[in-house]
Amino acid sequence: MSSLLNSIDLQYVIGALVKIAIFWIFIMLVVAYTVYAERRVLAVIQNRLGPNRVGWQGLLQPFADLLKFIFKEDIIPLAVNKWLYILAPIIVLIPAMMVLIVYPFGPEVPLPFGDVISQTINDLTAKIGLNWNVDLRTINLYVTNMNVGLLYVFALTSLGIYGIVVGGWASNSKYSLLGGLRSSAQMISYELALSLSVVAVLIQAGTLDLTKIVAQQSGWFGMKWNIFQPPLFLPCIIAFTIYLISAIAETNRVPFDLPEAETELVAGFHTEYSSLKFALFFMAEYVNMMTVSVLATTLFLGGWNGPGVEQFPWLGVFWFLAKVFFFLFLYIWLRGTLPRFRYDQLMNFGWKVLLPAALFNIVLASVIGVLFL
Amino acid sequence: MVPLSWYLALSAVLFTIGVVGVLIQRNVIALFMCIELMLNAVNLSLIAFSRLHNDVTGQLFVFIVMAVAAAEAAVGLAIIISLFRNRETLNVDEADLLKL
Amino acid sequence: MEFAHILFLAFAALAVVAAFNVILQRNPIYSAIGLIVVLCSLATLFLTLNAQFISAMQIIVYAGAIMVLFVFVIMLLNVRSEEARTDKQKYLKFLAAPLFLALLAEVIAVVRYVNLTPQPLPSANNAGDPSTVLGTVENIAHGMFTNYVIPFEAASVLILMAIVGSMLLARREKPEEIARIEKALTRQQEEEISKEEVAA
Repeated sequence: MSSLLNSIDLQYVIGALVKIAIFWIFIMLVVAYTVYAERRVLAVIQNRLGPNRVGWQGLLQPFADLLKFIFKEDIIPLAVNKWLYILAPIIVLIPAMMVLIVYPFGPEVPLPFGDVISQTINDLTAKIGLNWNVDLRTINLYVTNMNVGLLYVFALTSLGIYGIVVGGWASNSKYSLLGGLRSSAQMISYELALSLSVVAVLIQAGTLDLTKIVAQQSGWFGMKWNIFQPPLFLPCIIAFTIYLISAIAETNRVPFDLPEAETELVAGFHTEYSSLKFALFFMAEYVNMMTVSVLATTLFLGGWNGPGVEQFPWLGVFWFLAKVFFFLFLYIWLRGTLPRFRYDQLMNFGWKVLLPAALFNIVLASVIGVLFL
Repeated sequence: MVPLSWYLALSAVLFTIGVVGVLIQRNVIALFMCIELMLNAVNLSLIAFSRLHNDVTGQLFVFIVMAVAAAEAAVGLAIIISLFRNRETLNVDEADLLKL
Repeated sequence: MEFAHILFLAFAALAVVAAFNVILQRNPIYSAIGLIVVLCSLATLFLTLNAQFISAMQIIVYAGAIMVLFVFVIMLLNVRSEEARTDKQKYLKFLAAPLFLALLAEVIAVVRYVNLTPQPLPSANNAGDPSTVLGTVENIAHGMFTNYVIPFEAASVLILMAIVGSMLLARREKPEEIARIEKALTRQQEEEISKEEVAA
């Protein structure tokens, strides 16, 4: 038993768990307020008021929604395949949440009262016989940096598709099944363009580690972003465009929201879901939006880099969030503006325009890379 | 460290389960999945040996195996779809005639 | 007993249970889900063997692409539970028991008598040059694009052939072609009928 305890790096594990908990709560808050922001912004676009009753300007609306979801009746229709029906929302949400451990939220920052906190922890652990050597004067604002960070993100986002397909199949309803089929076909098609578009950035950066990709974009007073950085800025701009379009399709948002097109399919794959199970699908969609926004920020817009970050490291967090919120706003804006594609248009666009463009972009990027890098 | 033999034993067990599956399943798609299971069992022992010798060749081999499996799945599923169109069944025992 | 042992045993048990699920279920969609669980737990075991790139690829290629294709086809063909199994080779089941005992003996022998334990490797994050650490992206790329570039190219040609082949196989015949074949078939039948009439 003692060898078991010795084999675990307790200090590392507890540190990572604390970070995960903080980031998780933060992401949940961002997700909740993205939903609120979506409703308010859509209301402005459509000349309405939007939710403004609960709390000041409706700021407590997300919590009211959460309570509503919890207290709604949880219906499991008779004809469904019970196990898979319950499993599906879990399969969607868990991989989506697992991605957050590689988000680089900011640079290495000084923690206020860091020396006092670490001294207290060291003293406390010394009393119970564990000799920890915690140093919290500066902390990294990511849980872990992986050599395969980007692939890790892609791997987990490609798992979320099962929840949608299985949920659609297990519901035993034609609308759900059609929604699930459409969703899987769409996500497979656009995933190709999405992952191919990233190659231009990888040629520029020479690594898959997200923290290193961000770090090599610092300079020029925080404006050395990949889409401005020579020699590969042109392929990066093309890649950025392709990435944005296919990311919207990956997250099943307007104008690519065919899997849940309410005029044709009622609500698509989650037609039969209610209460908290529906809330899980809903949350997973917004967490996925957050993930693709974070990736776009990290890969193309310099992550936490921005003017003034060298002097004030905490400003990095602000720049990072500002860029992520810009993308989230873009999603909402598009939803308020664009009509939905037809299914054949969607497939033709993905396979005949985006995929060849992404392939051409790889050739362009590698030629420029060989010549100038 | 976990001894190498544990990985090899797991690999052998998974491979055998795959073989048994090929023998007892009669659904073409399930048969196909059992073959994938066997490929994965072999991949596990390749990676375990790659770790033992600290040599990347085993991992490269696994990568190539994955590419082959992807190609195999694409062609195989296309064959299954055309079989289903012609026969209306997925039972391999029903597909024993040498004509459509 | 270290933490690594517990990790291995947990995921190995998960993989074996899910593998049994693959072969014992009659409904292919349950088999597919079992296989996905096997793939994911093997990906975790690959991580414990310093194969982080292969582990990510296992999830992306196997779980994220190949198995989605399987599930997609199962749903497209709307396969429900399989009909009763036909036993064509009944005598084979008498071979099962001795073969199972042989497997058991083999597994026990491997665990007892094979004494190989890998040496600990440095972490990829601490190493100055990641390409010197087994299993990192840089390490794999060095191997793949220097010594093993010909197998790599061969694999890409294979995939190209698979794309063309699967399109050719899964494509529906064009309507005119179907009409032509049907016309030829009916003409043949008519000729046979008229031959029979003549014979009669």
